[in-house]
Amino acid sequence: MTKKLITAANISNYDDVYQLIIDMHQGMSDEESQSANAKLILTLSNHIGDADIIKEATDLVRASTLAWQKKENPNHEN
Amino acid sequence: MAYIPAKYAPVIPQAVHTGTIEKTPILIVGAGPIGLSMALEMGLRGHHVILINKESQLTDGSRAICYAKRPLEIMDRLGFAERMVAKGVSWNIGKVFFQDRPEPVYSFDLLPVKDQKMPGMINVQQYYNEEYNIAALETLDNVELRWANKLTNIQNNDGGVIVNIETPEGDYQIHADWLIACDGSNSPTRKMLDIGFEGETFQDNFLIADVKFTKAYPTERHFWFDPVFNPGQSVLLHKQPDDVWRIDFQVGWDIDRKEIVKPENITPRIQAMFGEDVEFEYEWVSVYTFNCRQIETMAIDCVLFAGDSAHLVSPFGARGANTGFQDTDNLAWKLDLVLTGTADETLIASYDEERSLAARINILNSTRSTDFITPKSKVSRQFRDAVLQLSSDHAFARGFVNSGRLSMPVSYPNSSLNTPDDGPWQGGIEPGTNCIDAPVREAGKEAWLLNCLGWKFKLLIFAGNDCLTSSQIHDLAQLAKGKLPVEAVIIGTDGLEDVKGLVAQRYAAKSGDVYLVRPDQYVAARWHGFDLIKIENSVKTSLGLK
Repeated sequence: MTKKLITAANISNYDDVYQLIIDMHQGMSDEESQSANAKLILTLSNHIGDADIIKEATDLVRASTLAWQKKENPNHEN
Repeated sequence: MAYIPAKYAPVIPQAVHTGTIEKTPILIVGAGPIGLSMALEMGLRGHHVILINKESQLTDGSRAICYAKRPLEIMDRLGFAERMVAKGVSWNIGKVFFQDRPEPVYSFDLLPVKDQKMPGMINVQQYYNEEYNIAALETLDNVELRWANKLTNIQNNDGGVIVNIETPEGDYQIHADWLIACDGSNSPTRKMLDIGFEGETFQDNFLIADVKFTKAYPTERHFWFDPVFNPGQSVLLHKQPDDVWRIDFQVGWDIDRKEIVKPENITPRIQAMFGEDVEFEYEWVSVYTFNCRQIETMAIDCVLFAGDSAHLVSPFGARGANTGFQDTDNLAWKLDLVLTGTADETLIASYDEERSLAARINILNSTRSTDFITPKSKVSRQFRDAVLQLSSDHAFARGFVNSGRLSMPVSYPNSSLNTPDDGPWQGGIEPGTNCIDAPVREAGKEAWLLNCLGWKFKLLIFAGNDCLTSSQIHDLAQLAKGKLPVEAVIIGTDGLEDVKGLVAQRYAAKSGDVYLVRPDQYVAARWHGFDLIKIENSVKTSLGLK
């Protein structure tokens, strides 16, 4: 399958985008932030609208997260 | 409880007294909706059928209440769909509620199915389905329905089985060439043959209360996520005929199953929903835990499984009985052709191939609904709630809301019975997919395409304004005379009139296109142009001969 997820740098101003995400959470409790994150993922997923791209992204994020878990906790079995 | 199931007299066959072994080509075990429709179809196809049922009554409650379009189309071919539709309740408006908001987070309108004979979905109690099916069966003298006849033993014998059957007056034996087990989720047949039934049990319980209100409520489907009257759980409200409403409460894992079904424990739940002064009477109550399970194989030698004996799904999305009818639809024509010597027994293997795939897809769909309705982890619940909150303000998120998806027929895109397309098609109905209905005019009278396709192999020919050539007429005569007769259904001036142009549109067909349609109204092959050799080869393929 040809890769569809853009994994090359693709944002002209990373700092702006990063700040937007952080600002979204301003004044929120942890619970509200969790909810906001979920809504952001759902909203962007709808924008992307392509299950193949979303699968590439979920695979990438899962692998990255589990790999870091291993680095921090080498005895932990995943 | 208001509903009392119809009772039938036990049937004591002569063999109980004579001790002779009865013979039948087809023995069906279980006279629920699936066993009954299997018996009716084989009976209508002219075979002798014995149908046994261990109880001497119909189902004890309303049970399966949602019947989708494709199963209704199957019942139409069997001759009792019009009674189902006349009795049934159609609903189009669905409302989704969340937590304490009195207004729905959103409403949807399914819109009636247009220009097809059968509606998208009706609600009607299971016992009406059984009653109508039995009424049709009683017109056939080649089908014997034997109440209070219980299967107790199965032994392989001479390419068939010898079974022992217990009746109130003693046991007897039947030799059957084929045994079709429609004996439900706890299938005694499956257990006697020790066939695996793997899957998962969901650690949750649902309480069904079917009640009759004295006051009228709108005919809508209401679904509550986490309402104040059932905190943290879901509730579904659905209408049935005779002013009966189904209320389905999710009640969690840790319950006392005997206590929870007592009216004094259910009434407060219903009062919390509708107000203290609500007036109603109970018709049926039940508590259930559900499983998603699938049998190892639906065809083992001469024993075939259909319906719940072969697969169990969660009730969200109405895929239980609806899938079972489609099992019988797939099996009946294959068994018919094997019994008449037209096809080889190997054709039966395709029943397992196609319907096990359907079971897997149904289980996938219903498991997804279940995961949305009853989230299994904290993060799953956060996403579920996020979807519901977002949906109330933004239509784009509503597609994520899964309170049970409409049951649709499963396609078999890679079935060994298909002939893949050998040319480009812009849509239409792909090989391995069920035909869609459309209005036509037959000899000046309004008619429906699916009724014209019937239940034999058909060649659907799009002739447009052209007349068939003499060589085509010759070829069609040859096809109609073959070992497996294939009859032509012509769309065009020479045959059925495509009154709204919807046949051509739905089949993406131009003049000269041809579809080969199986007896279960699934497309086997299609071509741009008429080629006798290709057609004959595809017929062989769809009989499992290649």
